Amino acid sequence: MATVKTFKINDEDVSGREDETILQIARENDIFIPTLCNMEGLSSVGSCRLCLVEVKGWTKLATACVTKIQEGMEVYTDSERLREYRRMIVELLFSEGNHICAVCVSNGRCELQDMAQILGMNHLVVPYRRPNLKIDASHERFINDQNRCILCTRCVRVCDEIEGAHTWDVMGRGIEATVITDLNEPWGASQSCTTCGKCVQVCPTGALFEKGKSVAEMSKKREFLPYLTSMRGNGKAK
Amino acid sequence: MRSATLAPPSEDKRWRLVDATMRRHGHSPNALIETLHTVQESFGYLEDDALRYVAKSLHVPMSRVYGVATFYYFFSLKPAGEHRCVVCLGTACYIKGGKAILDTISEMAGIKPGQTTPDGRLSLLTVRCVGSCGLAPAVVFDDEVKGRVTPPEAIDRVKDWF
Amino acid sequence: MAINMDELKERVVASQEADAQFTHSIRVCMASGCLSSQSDLLKKELEAELKKRGLEKTCQIKGVGCFGPCANGPVIAVEPNGPMYQEVKVTDIPAIVEALDTKPVEKLVLPTDTPFFNRQVKIVLENSGKIDPESIEDYIAAGGFEGLVRALHEMTPQEVIDSLTKANLRGRGGGGYPTGLKWSTVAKAEGAHKYVICNGDEGDPGAFMDRSVMEADPFRVLEGMLIAGYAVGADYGYLYVRAEYPLAVKMLKAAIRQATKQGFLGKNICGTPFSFEVDIRLGAGAFVCGEETALIASIEGKRGQPRPRPPYPAESGLWGYPTLINNVETYANIAPIIRRGMEWFHDIGFHKNRGTKVFALSGKINNIGLIEVPMGITLREIIYDIGGGIPNGKAFKALQTGGPSGGCIPAEHLDTPISYESLSQLGSMMGSGGMIIMDETSCMVDVAKYFMEFCMDESCGKCVPCRVGTAHMYDLLSKICDGSATLDDLALLEQLCDVVKNTSLCGLGQSSPNPVLSTLRYFRDEYMAHIVEKRCPAGVCKMKHAVEA
Ligand SMILES: Cc1cc2nc3c(=O)[nH]c(=O)nc-3n(C[C@H](O)[C@H](O)[C@H](O)COP(=O)(O)O)c2cc1C
Ligand code: SF4
Ligand code: SF4
Ligand code: FES
Repeated sequence: MATVKTFKINDEDVSGREDETILQIARENDIFIPTLCNMEGLSSVGSCRLCLVEVKGWTKLATACVTKIQEGMEVYTDSERLREYRRMIVELLFSEGNHICAVCVSNGRCELQDMAQILGMNHLVVPYRRPNLKIDASHERFINDQNRCILCTRCVRVCDEIEGAHTWDVMGRGIEATVITDLNEPWGASQSCTTCGKCVQVCPTGALFEKGKSVAEMSKKREFLPYLTSMRGNGKAK
Repeated sequence: MRSATLAPPSEDKRWRLVDATMRRHGHSPNALIETLHTVQESFGYLEDDALRYVAKSLHVPMSRVYGVATFYYFFSLKPAGEHRCVVCLGTACYIKGGKAILDTISEMAGIKPGQTTPDGRLSLLTVRCVGSCGLAPAVVFDDEVKGRVTPPEAIDRVKDWF
Repeated sequence: MAINMDELKERVVASQEADAQFTHSIRVCMASGCLSSQSDLLKKELEAELKKRGLEKTCQIKGVGCFGPCANGPVIAVEPNGPMYQEVKVTDIPAIVEALDTKPVEKLVLPTDTPFFNRQVKIVLENSGKIDPESIEDYIAAGGFEGLVRALHEMTPQEVIDSLTKANLRGRGGGGYPTGLKWSTVAKAEGAHKYVICNGDEGDPGAFMDRSVMEADPFRVLEGMLIAGYAVGADYGYLYVRAEYPLAVKMLKAAIRQATKQGFLGKNICGTPFSFEVDIRLGAGAFVCGEETALIASIEGKRGQPRPRPPYPAESGLWGYPTLINNVETYANIAPIIRRGMEWFHDIGFHKNRGTKVFALSGKINNIGLIEVPMGITLREIIYDIGGGIPNGKAFKALQTGGPSGGCIPAEHLDTPISYESLSQLGSMMGSGGMIIMDETSCMVDVAKYFMEFCMDESCGKCVPCRVGTAHMYDLLSKICDGSATLDDLALLEQLCDVVKNTSLCGLGQSSPNPVLSTLRYFRDEYMAHIVEKRCPAGVCKMKHAVEA
């Protein structure tokens, strides 16, 4: 039997089981915390850093998606400082890839784009890095455009944890890191891929998409993955 | 414990060393890095066939093997040159002119750090500290660590290698 | 094998008697530093020379670990009371052997009555340069395994932990976390298994302390891990050593073999119910694997990427089991504390900083090498007394500590006594112990850029601020260095420092801005000179658009 903990989020009294995270309890109580890498139903990695929140008395910010709740803790999910940090993190993501929304299949249906709007990002102070990454169209049904990947690793996790195929992983490190299929081979040649398409559906951006979709047509179908939820809910555009 | 039922990719005797490492660890997926060390040491680099063989023998997904092989700088996917010149860029060596040595060799040999000359004779590499800070700047020529190297001396050592 | 204290003492006597048969003993440094100036050849030739003269029964030759003055290698010492010789060449050997019973060979003598030697206090390095690291008898003769035997036969696990708490030992891996507290957390944690890990990744460029300890005194590290295993209730240990340290790995392997043979490792150690085994895992060239959660991932055969804490490894570490992870130097302090008592240890050092710290001195300083000093000694004493000051009449400019996570300390703070707290207050950190001294010919912006490049290359790529932020900060620093940056770029750099420091997942990202922040704090004028005047005051940076004079 897990014990129940009571604590505060934004001065509101809330409670949850001791094995739940700050993010889970915030969502239950309709308190918004931005997230990108997190997806309920998959393991948490804490890599996008958007869900950072302040906890009274802690010297460091807490990663809401992985931090377990504690009795009496006082969490603050919004402040000028947090907004500043989150905006910069999204800017960094935009600067890292080639996110030209106007010509993207996911335009209007992209979690990164949503995030930029929510956080009020209207221009970039950091320069674009303009990578020139590969576009892999070798798969019969899907396309992988690495220039739009934000390395959230949702595709890696869904493929491993739900489908059990482990076709995806991350190669390299640092700014050079990218997601790959098998031994960095063309997706179409993959021996392990079952063509289930889960990776495509969980990808928050237009990095993974179905063939035959043109600009703004790619909405992700999460209905067939009912136990997975991200910030955008189950994929129905808001 | 799992057993290896796979045959190695070739007749090469060096596969026995690789098999021995995997056996010592009961072919556990945890032995991936240890095994890649043995492959790197025995063959000088990690070929795709080797990665496939290790992946299958240890029951580790291909993409994970590739992810690990490219995460660690110690592993290389391409064969190194016949000779290796490794310039230390640890802090002590950097402060004492390691960068100048690197730039000089790089310019003379016409290759960037991390590259091998087109004829495969010389690989120019860098390392973050070989632990010979007392003798900075240090350069490793093939397997020999040389301390207090000057750019002309370095050129003298490698000039026959390209 | 039931080894108790009496039996251990007997073996000490036996070992000392064996040594006493020789009238002289020549110790040759066989550590990595001296090996790179062929000390192995020197040792062979010495042996041949003694044999030729029929002296092999009266004069003993011992390969030992580092003496400290690494820049003067190869270094050898003649015992008893004999001189220490530096930069010895094979051609010097006959003269050295001839001088065994007479006056030392003047031109080779390395004076030992200098502050470099007599200002040091040795705990961790007490056996370094004295014993043969490959001989368990040597180690036992020097008091080795006394701590373990005492702990196993005379103390409860809780008493062991209490002595560390009272001794106030703090982790030497950089953070200074109280060791007793960490051990008691692991001891209290519940798990079917527990693990003890020794962090020998030592990735800071310019640091070679842990390597020296592992090369010179591997049994000491094992003994520390064994006592830890007993105290926290673990049955298995891993030594994670970077692959760049082949000699350390060789020494540790030999030590594990001998210790197992003699019953110090394995089942029912020293006749008690305590069983413990140790295995070595090699790093593969990733600085971030020094971070504890990344190191654990690496032992598990995965990409060395950190994960958010809590949970800390003490609760959920290797394969999900409670795991104790400490640095090499921390373990090296354990046996002496148990053997000599916590009061003895507590008497060295000052305030909340007890005992000693090993530092690797390098850069623009006269006495380059490895030193061990009591906590609380001032930076000035280290640089000017022990280090012998700055060579070539140049002026001191900054001291870099803490590697890529640390910062540069300027001359005005040299009278600061060394402690975890004082160095952090100065915007640097204790780190693992690298100390790089820079003189007026070093450009501080260039140094900041150097460390940022390091962090960018070593970023694991998992979290956004570190992965992308370090790359942007590096680009901005490059622009400043080549004279094409504006004041807006500087403002952006400072903003990025703030974001990356506070939002990165692990210590690598969180501390990557430190070299920039500390140089901005003390040497802002140098940044301004690059940006506004397009000039590098130290003359290091090549400006793209040099202003016409
Ligand atoms: C990026 C990074 C690198 C680190 N490298 C090392 C290292 O090389 N050696 C080490 O002992 N600790 C290193 N640490 C600290 C370890 O995470 C850990 O705190 C330490 O091993 C604990 O041991 P201690 O309590 O004995 O100091 C590093 C930490 C970070 C964030
Ligand atoms: S391809 Fe999509 S799901 Fe996969 S890591 Fe990139 S952005 Fe995330
Ligand atoms: S801070 Fe850097 S090294 Fe640490 S997890 Fe993030 S990307 Fe990896
Ligand atoms: S780090 Fe928590 S949602 Fe990404």
